[in-house]
Amino acid sequence: MSLYHVQKLLFGLNNDAALRDRWATDRAALLADAALEASERAALESGDVAALYAMGVHPLLLAPFAGRCGLAWPDYLATLAAVEQTSGIPDPR
Amino acid sequence: MPLVFAAALNHAPGITGRRDNATPAQRDVFFGACARLRERLEAARAEALVVVSPEHWTNFFLSAMPAFCVGRGESHWGPVEDEPFLKIPRTRVPGAPALADAIAEVAAEHLDLAYSEELRLDHGVMVPLHLLVPAMGLPVVPIIINCLAQPLPHMARCWTLGEALRRACDARAERIGLVCAGGLSHWPATPRSGKLNVPWDRDVVDAVLAHDRARLLAYRDDDIVREAGPGGHEIRAWAVLAGATEGLGGELLCFEPIPAYAVTGAVLDMRVAA
Repeated sequence: MSLYHVQKLLFGLNNDAALRDRWATDRAALLADAALEASERAALESGDVAALYAMGVHPLLLAPFAGRCGLAWPDYLATLAAVEQTSGIPDPR
Repeated sequence: MPLVFAAALNHAPGITGRRDNATPAQRDVFFGACARLRERLEAARAEALVVVSPEHWTNFFLSAMPAFCVGRGESHWGPVEDEPFLKIPRTRVPGAPALADAIAEVAAEHLDLAYSEELRLDHGVMVPLHLLVPAMGLPVVPIIINCLAQPLPHMARCWTLGEALRRACDARAERIGLVCAGGLSHWPATPRSGKLNVPWDRDVVDAVLAHDRARLLAYRDDDIVREAGPGGHEIRAWAVLAGATEGLGGELLCFEPIPAYAVTGAVLDMRVAA
């Protein structure tokens, strides 16, 4: 579990246009360079917002990523609600 | 020149981004109060503004998360959010680096403030600026508080920061205004977004108006999260205002729950010029 590196990549994508360009054109290499576990890499690559939320990604890091993955706001909220129903609210601090 | 203006108001992105989602009555009350506050800021003839606001993963990550960071840039770029989302045009807001340095120097007796020449401004600073200084021409010193990632600065340190800001501003030749722009209860970007705990919000605002240090310091992180959501940590910005204006009065211009903005719209003028 390397939540730190998952969140670090999302922080970078949210704030760094050059990283977003690389994400668009060279995603596999970018993910290979990051210190991620296979499940984390897969969740990021496929835009699996539910999996990212369940692993504890902070909502303020997750929401902009979800938007870029094409998830409309109501669908984003529904996705998180479904995770909470099955596995509870991730660390609310 | 003593501090010439000190106030607090919300910074929720819905205030500008989803303005029309609130009812006409809610908009009248909240934006009317903001307009009155703007008139008072203009009457105070402030020459620079210190804006205290929370971190939102805009400038800092867990690689290095300061408790407090003072922006000493010659100018600050913002908002980082897309214009269609926030409905505030991107611009460069002038900075006030000499004032920023003076604040850090005065605060150094009790606090070690981080500083940055490259702070970017998000809705936390840009929404209050849009409401109070829409031309964006007033030099601004942003001060960012970690209200996001544990461990957070203790409320006592936030009060101490307010005291330091007051001493620093009072010692300057220019006329300075202080705006503290934190949220009250909110659960941002979660299924509970739009939920409010209005009695809790009122208690915080009343404690600030009373400059009640003991009451503000009694807020504990676990209680805040349970009762007011993760966004409730942003009351640290309100504690800064209370510390900066101890011994003065205070006037509540607006206290209007607006679920469409995911915030209780609260506008406080601490009447430093009265």
